[in-house]
Amino acid sequence: MEVLRITTSGSVDDGKSTLIGRLLYDTNSIPQDKMEALHAASKRKGLDFTDLSLLTDGLVAEREQGITIDVAHIYFSTPTRKYIIADTPGHIEYTRNMVTGASNAQVSLILIDARKGIVEQTYRHFFIACLLRIPYLVVCVNKMDLVEYSEARFNQIVEDFQQLIAKAPFKAPSIKYIPISSIYGENLATRSEKISWYSEESLLEYLEQITFDHADSSHPARFKVQSVIRPKTDAYHDFRGFAGKVVSGHFNVGDEIISLPSLQKSRIKTIEQFETKLTTAEARQSVVITLEDEIDTSRGSMLSRPENAPSLLKEIDAQVCWMDQTRLVPGKTYLLQHGVNRVKAKVQQIQHVIDVTSNTILEDKKELGLNDIGKITLKTAQPIFADSYDANPANGAFILIDEMSNSTVAVGFVA
Amino acid sequence: MTNKIQWEFPQALEDEAIYILRETAAQFERPAILFSGGKDSITIVRLAQKAFYPGKVPFPLLHVDTGHNFPETIQFRDWLVESLGLDLRVRYVQDSINQGKVQEETGKYASRNALQTVTLLDAIEELKFDACIGGARRDEEKARAKERIFSVRDEFGQWNAKMQRPELFDMLNGKIGMGENVRVFPISNWTELDVWNYIRREKLEIPSIYFSHERDIIERDGMYWPHSPFLNTTEEETPFRQKVRFRTVGDMTCTAAVISEADKLEDIISEILEAKISERGARIDDKRSEAAMEKRKQAGYF
Repeated sequence: MEVLRITTSGSVDDGKSTLIGRLLYDTNSIPQDKMEALHAASKRKGLDFTDLSLLTDGLVAEREQGITIDVAHIYFSTPTRKYIIADTPGHIEYTRNMVTGASNAQVSLILIDARKGIVEQTYRHFFIACLLRIPYLVVCVNKMDLVEYSEARFNQIVEDFQQLIAKAPFKAPSIKYIPISSIYGENLATRSEKISWYSEESLLEYLEQITFDHADSSHPARFKVQSVIRPKTDAYHDFRGFAGKVVSGHFNVGDEIISLPSLQKSRIKTIEQFETKLTTAEARQSVVITLEDEIDTSRGSMLSRPENAPSLLKEIDAQVCWMDQTRLVPGKTYLLQHGVNRVKAKVQQIQHVIDVTSNTILEDKKELGLNDIGKITLKTAQPIFADSYDANPANGAFILIDEMSNSTVAVGFVA
Repeated sequence: MTNKIQWEFPQALEDEAIYILRETAAQFERPAILFSGGKDSITIVRLAQKAFYPGKVPFPLLHVDTGHNFPETIQFRDWLVESLGLDLRVRYVQDSINQGKVQEETGKYASRNALQTVTLLDAIEELKFDACIGGARRDEEKARAKERIFSVRDEFGQWNAKMQRPELFDMLNGKIGMGENVRVFPISNWTELDVWNYIRREKLEIPSIYFSHERDIIERDGMYWPHSPFLNTTEEETPFRQKVRFRTVGDMTCTAAVISEADKLEDIISEILEAKISERGARIDDKRSEAAMEKRKQAGYF
């Protein structure tokens, strides 16, 4: 069974929590006792209907303020697949949470209030979806009930959004527009009868038909080594296996490989998953690989094929999203973590900062603080084995760690 | 929507959990598995076995024994440790009580659930564990829905929801300062159904109390409580025999039973799919207030 990961963003009051609550309700994902708790909580708030949005607000501070602070994870499944929603706040202060939620998503779901149309936060959501190269974007025009299910209003918003795409800073994802009313469940799980002028899929129908090719041969084969398994028992006296994860593409038994950074070559002898021997391993699989020869490979090494191995990078241009209260200090040494590999890195230069809302480059701004997105140049002490994020997202991102606080202060995308 | 039974386990979840366990072994000096004997920690042990095969599980198990466990759970724990050749450390809430660090609760709702946090934090300090792997899942409860995979705790074990490190893609940052430690949650993204489907696929043994059996119970607040010497009962509460099973394994004083005939995994899974009550709905400890779990997490609970 496949897992589809979705990130949602929205402004305060645009009905995001209601939409999620409604999806759970329509897929029979809310147990009866939780439903009763919702009835009771809605009544306490003086509401005469069951407020499904109450299902997703978690922390005490959030309940008090009626907002979402952090990334919340919500789960539901259909007979087709399992869904994981990373529900993130839409406000500018939470850009870092939006980026975090989006980092594992295959689908970005953007909500627009039909009455208000595109607002400042829509630009930010769209920019982040593009920056992270999320393959699928669904624009839900919500609260259609409050604009009398007007086709003209929907078309106007679609048109406005298309102008946004024309100016997209990166390759725009595949986009689907759906008119919905989350409070009444119109076009969520099933097609709406009220919105008869729209004859395409409902939200869930659309999500159900999205497909992925994880073995994706258009992406180069990359395997990150997490550890070396050497049992040294009688039965496995000479066993030396590399435990790790296929980052992108796929590997077959018998393939010639090159190990980075040692640049030594060998062939894959076995691919193992516990007691099972596999013939092939594809992106996202955790396996153990053994090689024909004893070559220099350890934690942080990367296996790839000789013909399309990543280059060894020491000078890196990257887009970064800054995620810490403490500003980026040019010239300071941070720890750069690419996959499981950590190296020291010094920020050489802040090239520019991007005003995400207006999508303009601020050439003169040379400061990066919390929630800022910009472009920097880094120099590392040892090379990393990254691809450009655009060419191979799974091997193109890194994080920066502040060695003083140990905090994750930034995420970067290799240019 | 249909309610068709979904038996298939999403393989991506196992791959993710194994990746996390390998990162834990590599990034920390003294990681341990927090083992309760429940289905989630049994799943963690299986994943650890698979992650390092043909090598050994590189983590000891830590069990905080409240003294109020189901005897079946303890028997199962000892059997599992024996059959897989694991390294088990047990620390007792009774010792914390004897040392005067915590006080036994009184009244008919008395349980040792809150007390075990102190024993756990003492054990972490004594055994110098820098990472504790737990079987908590985000779908269990709304405070857990916001938990990280690597959750950094201060030396008092406290969870600070507003100061959590962002976790991007699959990159895990386990760097910590002196006195800090990390709780690791490899099955964060699993649901209760995923766990059961995994147990079924992997043919794992689980404690017998998960299956239907006859037991003395009492009825209180619309729930069925297992009768035991640890439960303070009033005169009106008379125990009676009933066929029940348990959906989660906690203490005998805070885990409610469900009336059930399910004596096979398949029946349990069907029951969950139709279940009218959520998993933690059978945990009396969560019913204390709407924010019960969040408060316990801040205090250093899982």
